[in-house]
Formats: sequence, C-alpha cells, structure tokens
Amino acid sequence: MGLFACATAGFGLRVKVELQHIHKRFGPVHANDDVSLTVEAGTIHGLLGENGAGKSTLVKILSGFITRDSGVILLDGRPAHIRSPADALRYGIGMLHQDPLDFPPLTVVENFMAGSPSTPPILNPRAAEREFRRWCARFNFDIDPHAQVGDLTVGERQQLEIVRLLANGVGTLILDEPTTGISASQKTLLFQTLRRLADEGKSIIFVSHKLEDVEALCDRVTVMRRGQVAGELDLRPLHAGAQQASSHHPEIAARIVELMFGRALAMPTKPPTRRDEVVLSIEGLVLRSDRLEIRVDQLSLHRGEVVGIAGLEGSGQQLFLTACAGLEPPAAGSIHIAGHNLTHRPYADFLRAGVCYVPADRLREGLIAGLTIQEHVALRASGRHFFIDRAEVRAEAERAIAAFNIRGRPDTYVERLSGGNQQRTQLALLPAPLSVLVMEHPTRGLDIESTLWVWQQLIARCQQGTAILFASSDLDEIVQYSDRVIVFSGGRVSPAIPVAELDVELLGQMIGGRF
Amino acid sequence: MNSTIPSQTTLPWLWRLPALVYRSGALIISLLLIGLIVLLSGASPIEVIGRMLVGAVSTPDQIGRVVATLSTLLLCAAGLVYTFNAGLYNLGVEGQVTFGAIATTFVLRLLYPEEATASLLPPPLTIALGILAGALGGVLWGLLAGALHVYGRISEIFAGLGLNFAATGVAIYLIFGPWKRPGVASLSGTQPFDESLWLGTFGQTEATPVGLGLGLLALLITIVVMRNTYFGLRLRAVGKNQYAAHVLGVPARQQLLSAFFICGLFAGLAGAIQVVGVFHRLIPNISSNLGFLGLLVVMLVNFDPLWVLPVALFFSALNIGSLQLPLSLGLESSLAGVIQGLLVLFALLGRGLAQRYAAS
Repeated sequence: MGLFACATAGFGLRVKVELQHIHKRFGPVHANDDVSLTVEAGTIHGLLGENGAGKSTLVKILSGFITRDSGVILLDGRPAHIRSPADALRYGIGMLHQDPLDFPPLTVVENFMAGSPSTPPILNPRAAEREFRRWCARFNFDIDPHAQVGDLTVGERQQLEIVRLLANGVGTLILDEPTTGISASQKTLLFQTLRRLADEGKSIIFVSHKLEDVEALCDRVTVMRRGQVAGELDLRPLHAGAQQASSHHPEIAARIVELMFGRALAMPTKPPTRRDEVVLSIEGLVLRSDRLEIRVDQLSLHRGEVVGIAGLEGSGQQLFLTACAGLEPPAAGSIHIAGHNLTHRPYADFLRAGVCYVPADRLREGLIAGLTIQEHVALRASGRHFFIDRAEVRAEAERAIAAFNIRGRPDTYVERLSGGNQQRTQLALLPAPLSVLVMEHPTRGLDIESTLWVWQQLIARCQQGTAILFASSDLDEIVQYSDRVIVFSGGRVSPAIPVAELDVELLGQMIGGRF
Repeated sequence: MNSTIPSQTTLPWLWRLPALVYRSGALIISLLLIGLIVLLSGASPIEVIGRMLVGAVSTPDQIGRVVATLSTLLLCAAGLVYTFNAGLYNLGVEGQVTFGAIATTFVLRLLYPEEATASLLPPPLTIALGILAGALGGVLWGLLAGALHVYGRISEIFAGLGLNFAATGVAIYLIFGPWKRPGVASLSGTQPFDESLWLGTFGQTEATPVGLGLGLLALLITIVVMRNTYFGLRLRAVGKNQYAAHVLGVPARQQLLSAFFICGLFAGLAGAIQVVGVFHRLIPNISSNLGFLGLLVVMLVNFDPLWVLPVALFFSALNIGSLQLPLSLGLESSLAGVIQGLLVLFALLGRGLAQRYAAS
C-alpha cells in the first residue's frame, strides 16, 4: 500500500460486522432502541427507513461519530472499542457521509493525503498522486488530482472519499444516502464499484430511504422504524436472473413498504369542505436546490381543500412548500394566489395575499426561542404602531392562550413549552382570514390528543375557506385528512390523486418511485 | 463481553446547579484572578482598588475626566445595544467613532478656515453643524459595514475591523497631509481649534454638559426603544432567529440596516464630542478605544440597556483611576484594561456555562 501502510493489520480483509442490542437516547428520544444488525463479509447490506427512523444514528455509532449508551459492536466476533472516528478507522471502518466530509479549498491530492492514520510528518505529494491515480484507474474514476475539491461534483467528491477511505485500509464501508445529488452515470459507476468491493470481501452498509436503489443494489435489507428494527429481508432473489429486478417480485417491494409504514391505512375522516373557487394555482413550476430539481406541471388548490404530500423525506417536499409560501423563488413557472400572479414577488406580498407557512422545525424556523408568547403575538401585530401597548398585547395573548388551550402564560418563553403547545402557539399566531396554509409535518411529535385537536382547528379553517397544503411522513395522517394526495419521490412529483382512489400498495409503489 | 458502556454525554449531577451559581461563581473567580494578577505585579489588591477609585474621584478635575469618558462611552454603548440585540458583533464601532470625528473636523475647518480669525457662522451654530456632521459620518461608516454584511454577505466582524483600519488610515492621512499643522506634522494631531469652538464645560473640568446630555439622552432613548417599541421587539426577534423572524413577516434586512444606522449615528456623535469636547482637534486615536470598551460594557450587561449606566460609570472610573497607578504604586495603567477584560470574559463564561448546564 506504499505511503498508506495498511492500518488494519490484524484484521483480515473479510470482516463480519455485528451490532448487538444498541441503545442510544437523545434526551427524550430513543433514537436506537435495542437495535441489532449483522452484516456478513462480502455483502451489501441496505439500511432502509424514514428520516428519524434511527438508521443514521446506528451507522454513526458504528463509525465512531456518536457514542452509544449501551450495546456491543463485534468485528469478526471480537468486541471493538469504538469511541471516535479515528478508533473506527483503526478497525477499518469508514463512513462516506451524505455531505462529503472533505476540504473544499484543498486540491484532490491534498484531500487524499489528509486524515490518513499513518501520514508521515513530511508529506510526499508525488507518491500520493501516483497512489491516487492507481486507485482511480482500478475503479474507472476520472478525477483530476490537481483540481480543487470545491469545484468537483458531489459524485466526484464521493469517489474521492471512497478512494481515500480504501487507501486508509477500510474494510467496512458505510455509505449514507450516497445516491442523492449524483448523476445517473455516476450512480451506475458507484453501484459497480460497491459490487466489486463486496465481491472482494468487504462489508458494505448502504443507508438510504430510496426503495429502488436498495432493491437494485443490496443483498439484504434491514428496515428501521421509530428507532427499532422493523424487519429484515433477503433481496438476492431480486437479482437472480432478471435485470429488471422488482417487476418480477412485487411481493418483496410490497413487503418492504409494509415494514416501513405499517400495514393498514386509516380511513379518511375529513368532512367535505372544498369549494369551487381556485385559490392557489401552479403552472410549469421548476425548483432547484444544490441536490434536487423538481418539476410540478400543474396543480390547483381550491378554497377549503386539503392536499397532502406523501413521500420519503428529502424528496423535495420542503423545497416545494417553501416555494408555494413565497420563501424560495422558483427557477421557472408561475404561482398564482387568488388570481394574482405572485411569481418572484417578495415574501411580504405572499403574506399580504393570505399565504402562511408553518414549518416543522418549530423552534428553528417557526418560533423565536428567547421571546415569550406575548412577544410573538406583538410581533405578528407589528407595523401598525410605534409603541407597544403592553396591556392590549397581554390581553390578546391571554385570549389566544385560552382559545388554543396552550399550557403556558403570556410571559412564558416559547422554548419552555412542550412540542404540542409550541404547535398550538404557531396555530394561534396564524392570521385570519387566510387563503393558503402551507404546513410541514403539522403534527410531528404530538400526542394523539394534540393531533386530533390540531386537525379540528385546521378543518375549521378549511370551513372558512382556507386551502391547506401539507407534507407529512405519517401516511395515516395524509389519508385521514386530505382531499387529494401528491407523492414526491426523489424529486419526481406525481399528479394529485383523490384520496378515495388510494390504498397502501399504490401509495407504497408511488413512494418507491413508480408512477 | 456484554458489559454496557456508560454514556459520555450525561452530566454528573454535580454540574446541575442553578444558573445564579454559575453567574456569581464566574464573577468571584474573575475577582480572585484580578487579585492574583495584582499580587504577582507586586502590590496589594485592596490598595490598588482603593487607589483607582480614589484616583477617579479625588479632585474635581478627575471627576470631570471620568464624566467626559462616560459621555463618550455611553454613546458608543447605547449604539451597540441595537447591533448586539440584532445579533451583530459590530466591531466597526471604533471606525464609526473615528469617521464621525473626521466629519466633524472637516465641517469645523470649513466654517473656521485656518487663516480666518473668527468662525464664518456664530460659534454655537458651527459647533452644532460640526456635531451633526459627526453623526452623519458615523452613519455613513455604519451603513457601509451594514451594506457589506447584508448585501455582500461579509461577516460584520471583518467588515467592521476592515473599516476601522480604513477610518484610522484616513485620519492619519489627513493629519499628516492636507490637515497638517503649520510647520510640523505630528502624531499629536491637527492644529487645535479656536477656543470659541470648544464645547462649554462644567467649571474648569474636561466634562461637557452637551456630551453628558447626549450620552444620557441616547441611553434613555435606547431603553425606551428596546423595552417599549415594536421596532425594538423586531430587532430582538431578528437577533435571536433571523429565519424564523423572516417567516413571521419581519423585514430582517431592513432591521439589520437600521441597527447599523443607529449605532453609526451614536458612534458618530461620540466622535464629534471627542473632537469638540475633549481633544479640540483631530488626533489619530481620537476614539481613545472607547468603542471597544463599549463592546465590553454591553456584553457585560447581557445587551440590556437598563444596566449600561452603572457599568459604564464603573469602567470609566477604572479607566481614569488607573492613570494614577504608575505614579502612586509604580504599576502599569493598562491594569484597568486587564480588569475590564477579565470581568467580561468570565461573565460570558458564566453565562455560557449556565446556558449549557444549569438546572432549569
């Protein structure tokens, strides 16, 4: 291995990885609840689950970025003491992060040399470059060693990371959402490389929330749900023979969807509130972020209508919602609110037109930690006068607290409220009348009572003529309260489907990217 | 083999103390450390503190110098309350003071040319215009930092520091170039203005009623604005969470620029007072570093303007009192800076620890 002497002396190339009874809590959240996972040497093991299912926590424990509360890690049957990423690397475990952990201002070779456990005090860039070229040639990677990393594409940075980890003697490779933001040809090359590494005996853990990728690549898949292992499936039958994998084995795909989301869907419970008048209409909308491009050809929301957005998180829902609320300018297309063209108008115009956005991350995006409930009430009323009428603001805050059943006082700081009460506060701050309400995970983290209460309030809004557009990772919530449903899958957007025409299988297929 | 590994993130119960313990503990530690430093420099802490405080109030002259320092410090601190509450570390306050002073000097020189024997306008009006120009100069320098931050996405810290150098550079250029004294240019500054352009003082002291009045007025306005107006509330909202404030409909950019505007205005006034009230000319370090001292004051009071006056008074007294130390005890007068720095550093540490560990 030349410059990068193999750091894993004593560990054979074929390493079986076992995680047993792993527990990890973040405050009240049990992120990993008795999770056990076995990855055989020479296999690609998929780890599938929604955002927040606990899969990232699990692999970060294995790669030393997070320390576990309890549980055991075995490598080839021997316990491994991993407390930092450097420890993990000594055991030959390397992780490729979703956002590559590299140094954009440095060159490719400099990055390649960084982080090696055996770097000599005096660097030898020429030797490193030769070694880098050898590795690239092996996997058909085409990266200029002298390019600046910041100028590479996400896919190329990934390739650089893979080569760097392998050169550092990694025998267990963890990949976190590696297919987000890379081109189709880069994805093909990545899959070929991973298959080849597995054939050489390395263990690969492939973390994803994309069904199709897991189906196409993995030998086995472990599905996680709410911090626990929901089940494990053998996917090799998918690859045996057929190229067009899952079309021959729809039962396996259906089984995965079932493991991810649970079996039966709830019944629709929303009363009809839809009126004829269109309040939000979208034509030919194109949205771009650094990772995704979304196209929504046509969507109209009627007054009183609820449209739910299903799909795995990170499929572009947030981008779409913030664009509809006027917080993100679209790359192309138009947004009309109540007949007025508001495309590329400032956010203030959207607010004036009665569009409101309620983000999921209540304390980071929706409310202001360090301000009290009444200060939020005052902030909403801001602009009318110069001086604050304290008595009036306090009275208004008290009215809101009573009406929305918030457990807090006007001078309670919002960060001291429970999640449910924060959500109630967000709802209490919504102006009336309201044309379009855009919500992200309206009931995330709430108990059943609060969830029901929130939707009572929302439906009352619909009866007053507000249209609601919301995203949720809870399929039950979507089916129960929506009139129509849109599915996002990896940046692709399905047409809106009336909720009556949906069942769990169809939804699962669409979430997996088939529509 | 099945031994469980304890979590490293949970804190020992010992650390879970009330916030007040952290805050007062930090204060006590900083005082002990100050005492230790004084002891190491070969003096008695009690004596040093005594001398400094006595030194600050021993003669009317000394009290006057404390009040003069306080006036400028109050203007700087009041301005910084806005930027701090908007979440900005406006290190550029020094440059805003300096540029205010330059603008004032410019107008005074314009209305009272060197070869003239009297001001072109009545002296009080000349002084008023000079002070107004100082305010505008500060606003210009403040808005420049604000524009670099808001539109150029440059950290306000670097924008401010850069503009500080620029302002000092301009001052030195003027002092050694176009505005140099007849005969020799020197670091001691421009030719002093005619006495008719000096601000009136309390008796024979350095303190000026106008300076003190402006300082107190600025602070009073600031207290009212921060506690009782929508503008102050919006400013705090932007400072605590710019994105959420934006989502809630607060025009964040406008608020940030307003904060820079007001801070520049007050700092510019401070610069003007330094020229017409204290030095009666432009000198290279016209701010006497009172802008930086203002940063310390406002950080120490946790950005709450209500507590600015007592702390600013204490710091002013330390500054002036410490000037006695070389004479009476043979100590460096820079001890005042050490004391002020340590107090603030430990106050911030105590606040940080309390936020992180305190039992709620």
